[in-house]
Amino acid sequence: MTATAIAARAPTFLEEVIARTPGESHLERCIQCGTCGGSCPSGADMEHTPRGLFALINAGLRELVLRSNAPWYCVSCYYCTVRCPQQIHITDVMYTLKRMAIDEGYYTESTARDAPEFSKTFIDFVESNGRSFELGLATAYHLRHRPLNAVGMVPMAVGMLRRGRMDLVPTRIKGIKQLQAILKRAKELGGAK
Amino acid sequence: MRYGYYPGCSLERSAAAYHQSAMAVVQTLGIDLVEIDDWNCCGATEYFSINLLPAYALVARNLALAQDQGISNQLVAPCSACFLNLTKTDRYMMESSKLAADVNEALAAGGLHYTPGTVRVRHLLEVIVNDVGYDAVAARVSKPLTGLRVAAYYGCLIVRPGYGGIFDDPEHPTALDKLMRVLGAEVVDFPLRAQCCGGHMTQISQEVAFEMIRRLLKNAADYEADVIVTVCPMCQLNLDAYQPNVNQFFGTDYTIPVLYFTQLMGLAFGASPIELGIGKEFVDARPALDKIGVALPLTEAPRRPERPKEALPMPRMEEE
Amino acid sequence: MNEERIGVYVCHCGSNIAGTVAVEEVAQWAAKLPNVVVSRDYKFMCSSLGQELVEKDIKELGLTRVVVAACSPHMHERTFRATCERAGLNPFLFEMANIRELDSWATDDRAAATQKAKAMVSAAVRRVVYHQPLQLLPVKINPNTLIVGGGVAGITAALEIANAGYHVYLVEREPSIGGHMAQLDKTFPTLDCSACILTPKMVDVAQNKNITLLSWSQVEAVEGYVGNFTVTVRKKARYVNEEKCTGCGICIEKCPKKVIDEVFEAGLGYRKAIYRPFPQAVPKYPVIDTSNCIFFQRGKCKACQMFCPTDAIDFEQQDQILKLEVGNIILAIGYDTFDPRRIPQYGYGRLANVFTSLEFERMVNAAGPTGGRIVLRDGVTTPKSVAIIHCVGSRDKNYNEHCSRICCMYSLKFSHLLHERLPDAQVYEFYIDIRATAKRYEEFYHRVLEEGTRFIRGRVAEVTDAARMPGEEGKLIVQYEDTLIGKQRRLPVDMVILSLGMEARRDSREVAQIFGLGCEYNGFFIERHPKLDPVNTMTEGIQIAGACQGPMAIPEAVAQGAAAAARVLSLISQGTVMMEPVRAHIDADKCSGCRICNNLCPYNAIVFHEDRKVSEVITALCQGCGACVAACPSAAITGAHFTDEQVMAQIEGMLWDVQPQFAMTSMETR
Ligand SMILES: Cc1cc2nc3c(=O)[nH]c(=O)nc-3n(C[C@H](O)[C@H](O)[C@H](O)COP(=O)(O)OP(=O)(O)OC[C@H]3O[C@@H](n4cnc5c(N)ncnc54)[C@H](O)[C@@H]3O)c2cc1C
Ligand code: SF4
Ligand code: SF4
Ligand code: SF4
Ligand code: SF4
Repeated sequence: MTATAIAARAPTFLEEVIARTPGESHLERCIQCGTCGGSCPSGADMEHTPRGLFALINAGLRELVLRSNAPWYCVSCYYCTVRCPQQIHITDVMYTLKRMAIDEGYYTESTARDAPEFSKTFIDFVESNGRSFELGLATAYHLRHRPLNAVGMVPMAVGMLRRGRMDLVPTRIKGIKQLQAILKRAKELGGAK
Repeated sequence: MRYGYYPGCSLERSAAAYHQSAMAVVQTLGIDLVEIDDWNCCGATEYFSINLLPAYALVARNLALAQDQGISNQLVAPCSACFLNLTKTDRYMMESSKLAADVNEALAAGGLHYTPGTVRVRHLLEVIVNDVGYDAVAARVSKPLTGLRVAAYYGCLIVRPGYGGIFDDPEHPTALDKLMRVLGAEVVDFPLRAQCCGGHMTQISQEVAFEMIRRLLKNAADYEADVIVTVCPMCQLNLDAYQPNVNQFFGTDYTIPVLYFTQLMGLAFGASPIELGIGKEFVDARPALDKIGVALPLTEAPRRPERPKEALPMPRMEEE
Repeated sequence: MNEERIGVYVCHCGSNIAGTVAVEEVAQWAAKLPNVVVSRDYKFMCSSLGQELVEKDIKELGLTRVVVAACSPHMHERTFRATCERAGLNPFLFEMANIRELDSWATDDRAAATQKAKAMVSAAVRRVVYHQPLQLLPVKINPNTLIVGGGVAGITAALEIANAGYHVYLVEREPSIGGHMAQLDKTFPTLDCSACILTPKMVDVAQNKNITLLSWSQVEAVEGYVGNFTVTVRKKARYVNEEKCTGCGICIEKCPKKVIDEVFEAGLGYRKAIYRPFPQAVPKYPVIDTSNCIFFQRGKCKACQMFCPTDAIDFEQQDQILKLEVGNIILAIGYDTFDPRRIPQYGYGRLANVFTSLEFERMVNAAGPTGGRIVLRDGVTTPKSVAIIHCVGSRDKNYNEHCSRICCMYSLKFSHLLHERLPDAQVYEFYIDIRATAKRYEEFYHRVLEEGTRFIRGRVAEVTDAARMPGEEGKLIVQYEDTLIGKQRRLPVDMVILSLGMEARRDSREVAQIFGLGCEYNGFFIERHPKLDPVNTMTEGIQIAGACQGPMAIPEAVAQGAAAAARVLSLISQGTVMMEPVRAHIDADKCSGCRICNNLCPYNAIVFHEDRKVSEVITALCQGCGACVAACPSAAITGAHFTDEQVMAQIEGMLWDVQPQFAMTSMETR
């Protein structure tokens, strides 16, 4: 398809997803074989298999796609990507769908709404310290989003502490100001593929 | 042999044992791993879900530091997730000049610049297997792990999708098996060797995550492994720290210790368990290690059932 | 300025050219080029009206040269040469500019395409001025034919030609002819017994006086050209004297060495070190596999020799090198099946009860290793459930992008055979699409549906023995997405069959090189035209037939074998062919006798006259490749129809819009 032909009309949902995925995702050439859906370790628990999502994308059913828990259940194992007979960059597309769900606010309606919160909490720590911080992450995330679970996780956290596998205070890198400047600039540039 | 070293956040604390044992082992092998000064988190699997360009910039800062600090043009990452993020960023910056330009514009805000392709990122296992080689490793073995039944567990990101080049088969890798055999261990078949440990799923849906972990533990138990050996801190954490939770959830009673490959290498090289950070695991490794300590002849391994004489021949396979 | 009068004709080719190139503009522009007396554009130059236009202009305007700007010379150079000839003009005073394949089809940019069309027309106009009248060279056709590959395609071709009364050399690299078809049990969709319909043809080959069967042989080199090929064949030592051997088979019985038969039994059965792939083998003589023979490996044994009643075993036998003179060649080397070890997640080689489709063919075959019993790898257990996995190694960019076309059908055949032999077994077919597109195929699919096979739409993700649930213990578990319900599922079964795709022979590129053919990206041989000339190749005198051209079933392989034979017979009955007079010629006055060209000629067409110290081209041998022309340091060699003047004029024409001073420099350095 030529660039001019696309510009002449509003992009389809499929074209949007492709445009927001880095490199050549090749999502347009999915033959709906189901190799991805069969390979996915969390596939049995997804509301839609990756293949199912791609059929929905092709049909332009934006809300169904962006509300699905499927992208959030992706554990980035890359099985689908290496097995896809059409060499579609499926894992990258899953990341794209997560970002689109956040941008468009749909994820709050998904059954996996905790997942983006986990990612965000994780990132908060990285942005303020330059390193991740497991104790802070676990506490902040569980207390904020899964208070019930937090209690259940206490023995595990204590175990981590007792074995010297978790810090009580975060490590901060020296160049944190530099890192923050870089991230700030990156966010401003944003939108890039 | 001198390399830049990017330990990654886990190796600072939750996987300190990996760091400790890796250091001990590379010293024996004559490898110099020099830590990149002031590296930052690679973003794990999280940052790419939220915001793409900052995610690349975050990783690229490390590549820029590695490039500028001039330790070596090779950077070793022991964590599979870090390995993936570093190779992915380098590869995508190489493939897309637009991405490279944007990332570099962001880096410029911190006075940095990274030229894609200048730093070659390697996983620690790959360096040991390819640069040092099995023979050199074999030469250092003083206390072979005879009788220890090991399930060699690769997980995902060291073999898939191969942004830094294909190092082992993405479906049925064998490098770690060979390494363990060189150490004298008995490597059991482990069909789920490259399946996912669940990654961050423990934080998102415990039922889903526990099931993924259970599958792996069951598979290792089915083949009567004494120990699962890993190449990634995330895999170790999921299989080890959550093993009690998994048992509780499913009513199972798995007690399979999960050690880093560097810890077993260290033991075979004659280092003391303490030196190698052994003892920090949730599932006690002592019963397994007793087995090699006392060097008793193995309780007979389950023998393959004899092939009846009507049996049809098996297809011929290339030697591993 | 010379006297030539040129006519230029720019073709629209419907919208194929006119859609991108401003053809009227090009024609008007060309009218102003030197020597051009008429320039026209026309909708279809190749139509009879278009050709009549040229003929009329030649006669009425006294044209001495003709340029047609249209499609590739491969398509219509012959057409327009004939047009010129009809109007009394020597056909070589014509030149064709390809403004379709090389221009209008290569871009959407109208301005650039028009500009390029002008350059190509200008090049042709400048060149054609220097053309010289030439005559086609008649070449006699040797009526013998070489056929390489004795599968069903090669056998069919051999019998057609031999029955027409001409001699055939049939070269087969295995000990017997028959190819893959000899391994099969029943054939879809009619379910006739494969051996029953093939072996009579094999016997015909053996008995036909016009066929020389060279099995256990390989072509090593080919020289010459259409009508006159010289072929070097290595006839490998069988270590069995064919004159004496009666084919009794006692040697095979007595041979103590048993090895896995990787070829005919697809690895599922055994043979001896001295063997015949199957009882109806043609020829009947066994061969000794030296890499496994105890005598060849350790110097002791000779059991076969001891027991042979006719003293036919000859351990001293040597390979023979034969030189064959033939006029035509048919390649019918068939295909290889995909190696499923390349997809480790399907477990072949690791999981005992994963079988390939070829193994299954041998298993269901009453003459096969299990006598037709369907059993697991332990040799005794009958499977209660069988999963057949489609598209293994096909329709996958990681392996082969093409659809292998036959595996859907043979999978359906397997379902049917399973139902017939094991009525209690549950059979599953995992497919992406069912491709049942030839005569009676869809009907066969419906029949299998009615027999109770369960069809599951989804490409299998993996086959594993790692049980998750109690019901899975001890079984093979097929993991997949049932795409019609959108759910990931696992199915425990006893046996898995992998429906392997068809690939080009692993050595197809080397074979192509020997015969001077081209291969597709995936190794299959390229035909001259995918629709209009499917068995011919770009190399005159060489045809292809059967699965070496692309995946196909038996009926098509047979049809192609017969088609290739018809091509050959047509050439033989013509007796001669007319060859392009594109030949090199050495100007004896300019030749310095350096002999550089002598060894360069790939056809050994240059002789050196010691007495006069000059080289000379033997026109009958020269193929016009031009190697000597470019190499001669004294510029003594000219290639007819490719003279320096012609080529330089063409280049200058092509550069018509380049700055004149630059064009001058290029002229001067010449
Ligand atoms: C499992 C399976 C089941 C099938 N079932 C059916 C079916 O039921 N019905 C159907 O119509 N089709 C079926 N087919 C397809 C069928 O096998 C092919 O269509 C047919 O065999 C093609 O014949 P061929 O002569 O072109 O090639 P081949 O049968 O491959 O014969 C080629 C011959 O050339 C020889 N050769 C190769 N290289 C050289 C060389 N360099 N020099 C000399 N000789 C050489 C080979 O030894 C071989 O004898 C099946 C295929 C498979 C894999
Ligand atoms: S594996 Fe690839 S082609 Fe098949 S359904 Fe998934 S994305 Fe589509
Ligand atoms: S990468 Fe994500 S979507 Fe793909 S198989 Fe793994 S978990 Fe599933
Ligand atoms: S025993 Fe002798 S005659 Fe009989 S098949 Fe063997 S070689 Fe031929
Ligand atoms: S014929 Fe059927 S099984 Fe074979 S590759 Fe084509 S679709 Fe797949």
